[in-house]
Amino acid sequence: MRCVDSVFYSRVLTELTLSFHIIYATIGVGVPLMIMLAQWVGIKKNDEHYILLARRWARGFVITVAVGVVTGTAIGLQLSLLWPSFMELAGNVIALPLFMETFAFFFEAIFLGIYLYTWDRFENQKKHFLLLIPVALGASFSAVFITIVNAFMNAPRGFDLVNGELINVNPLLAMFNPAMPTKVAHVVGTAYMTTAFLLAAIAAFRLLRGSNHIYHKKALYLTLKVGFIFSVTAVLVGDLSGKYLAEYQPEKLAAAEWHFETEEDAPLILYGVLDDGEVKYAIKIPYALSILAHGTPNAEVIGLDQFAEEDTPPLYIHYLFDIMVTIGMLLLTLSAVYLLGMWRRWPFVKSRLFRWLIVLSGPLVFISLESGWWMAEVGRQPWILRDIMRTAEGATTSGQVPTMLVLFALLYLVLGIGSVVVLRRMFIRNPVEKEIADRQQEKGGDIL
Amino acid sequence: MTVEILGITVLWVFLFGYIVIGAIDFGAGFFNAYSLLTGKQRVLTDVIQRYLSPVWEVTNVFLVFFFVGIIGFFPKTAFYYGTTLLVPVSFGIILLAIRGSYYAFETYGARGHKGYSFAYGASGLLLPASLSIVLTISEGGFIEIVDGQPVLDYWKLFSSPLTWSIVVLSIAATLYISSTFLTWYANKAKDVEATQLLRKYALIWSLPTIIAAGGIIFELRKHNPLHYENIQRFWPMFLLSFLLFLGTVFLIWKKRQYGIAFGLLAGQFLFAFFGYGASHYPYLLYPYLTIYDSFTNQAMAVALITAFIFGLMLLIPSLYLLLRMFLFNKEYVKGKKDHHA
Repeated sequence: MRCVDSVFYSRVLTELTLSFHIIYATIGVGVPLMIMLAQWVGIKKNDEHYILLARRWARGFVITVAVGVVTGTAIGLQLSLLWPSFMELAGNVIALPLFMETFAFFFEAIFLGIYLYTWDRFENQKKHFLLLIPVALGASFSAVFITIVNAFMNAPRGFDLVNGELINVNPLLAMFNPAMPTKVAHVVGTAYMTTAFLLAAIAAFRLLRGSNHIYHKKALYLTLKVGFIFSVTAVLVGDLSGKYLAEYQPEKLAAAEWHFETEEDAPLILYGVLDDGEVKYAIKIPYALSILAHGTPNAEVIGLDQFAEEDTPPLYIHYLFDIMVTIGMLLLTLSAVYLLGMWRRWPFVKSRLFRWLIVLSGPLVFISLESGWWMAEVGRQPWILRDIMRTAEGATTSGQVPTMLVLFALLYLVLGIGSVVVLRRMFIRNPVEKEIADRQQEKGGDIL
Repeated sequence: MTVEILGITVLWVFLFGYIVIGAIDFGAGFFNAYSLLTGKQRVLTDVIQRYLSPVWEVTNVFLVFFFVGIIGFFPKTAFYYGTTLLVPVSFGIILLAIRGSYYAFETYGARGHKGYSFAYGASGLLLPASLSIVLTISEGGFIEIVDGQPVLDYWKLFSSPLTWSIVVLSIAATLYISSTFLTWYANKAKDVEATQLLRKYALIWSLPTIIAAGGIIFELRKHNPLHYENIQRFWPMFLLSFLLFLGTVFLIWKKRQYGIAFGLLAGQFLFAFFGYGASHYPYLLYPYLTIYDSFTNQAMAVALITAFIFGLMLLIPSLYLLLRMFLFNKEYVKGKKDHHA
């Protein structure tokens, strides 16, 4: 007999660890790219401000990487501790990307160490820039490989299950499963997007809080440009993800869209509340779901009526979907307006109100990130391996999960508070004006 | 050589790597905290931090590599060890989290926060203890199968003298490895005071290390006679290990050739660790799990080994670059310039 409590608490603990981890992990994927861009622009334009931008981002990055590494180690071990039967089964098929993820991480760790401790050591800044390429590659490929593992859980392929035994395993087929292209593209793209808006929010905040330095303006312009580009890709890939779901995981799409009856000309439901099986206060966009699912307005979209009740995910994922999409669209608009305004010299993009909106985009983008992950993960319940293993069958039988949940909650609290305190202190004690002045003094005034 | 043996050998090498560089890291944290208590911080902190700065993240990867690799090559270990190790390994993760975050926080933010330094130092001793539990359990006798599920008998585990011998060995060895390495490093940095202090620690910790190691073999005789018998078949490795130990202590005693002393120490642990591993063969968890019945399918094994070879081609030059730029860079070791971001 399986302990129902263990299943529930294992889910809660996994969710807690992952929700905390993805904040730092996403920053960990995105920031190296931003540092690389800033360093590159700095070298090309011979502009010390961008180099300083790269350096200050790198310094903050160390803190987030540290928390990302330790929480990543935690989830890596928790997979086996909390879901031993699942790992026993899946390990046979999906160990390859997990293994490759460690290599990517290893590669990143080595070069990050070198990059961080060789500032000013090279005569030629380009050499120092070269160190960033493996860091950014390692970070992004970690995300690629680990997302492949997750994609496999949604669309298990590459083996035959005969009498409970796995045979004919094909590791590459398992990696390149149908869910993989859209998942990987969406995860990596939104990681860049998230980081860009986070860093834009910081720059806007500094501009609002007294410092009117050109340095922050450059930072804002660079980050929002990147933010805009990756918001566009997020929307495009989001659309492809809808088409993937319609084809391979229709129950997830149907639950997220509250699409109960299989029908043609399916409308898209935005917002609303569910009251006794009835949708109220929703906005219905005619044909939109058919377009999202199949690209044509008349296509038939499979509804929840086609699935047994024990095979359908909880319906609250609709709210998560709405939150994710709404914020994504808002941020796309915000960055587009900003870029257009900078180009056409509209004064209001430099107004305090607009800058506050940019500051707001920082927390919003993280809410969107969490909602997106919760939707994707809850949306494949009740399966841990779709159509193969139910979540309850994968969980540990140990009775100590609740105690561990409390311990880890405390740990994340300490790490969360600690990282915020350290980051704040680091940048408030050493504002950019001071650092520029220090550097001028050091170099005898021949810069800037 | 079969793929099973190749797989476990690769993992054993990485575990060995983690034990050596992890021990340096854990011990360094402990000595750092201890020096705060005894007012010798000025002497030690610089040397320790200069070494740890660029490598703390790399240390962690060795551990990740091991546990991801063992699930990959031997998926059944997830079932047996995953279920039973929830508590000890969770404690290990929390301690690792304290260490990992401490390092970054300390360097860039809360420099000199005493409470955190002590937590960091204490974790250096608790971590080897909490992780070495896995080795104890692998000897068998602590896990029972109830209704098809493995269950760990905590009382048996904590009342066993074998558990405590392994705990003592892990702690003593950590401090011994760490102080020997740091003696060499401090000497390279031409830091006379730190060298003297660390040399003293190395000599102090050498004795408990070797006594505990002998004690474990003695305990095994009662606990797992099969393993004890196997150990005797590998006696030349243990003898060699002991001779290398004598060599290290001799050189440190005579204040000579600290680099070679550390090399001998690495050899000592290499032979002991591989002798221990080889005599454990073929069990991963006595008597339930051998490397043969838990091995992954052929296709995955080939894929993993291929990935491993390509990965190494990437890693070895990178690691070499890291060592050359920091460990073996005279200017860096002596701390002439601070180049961090």
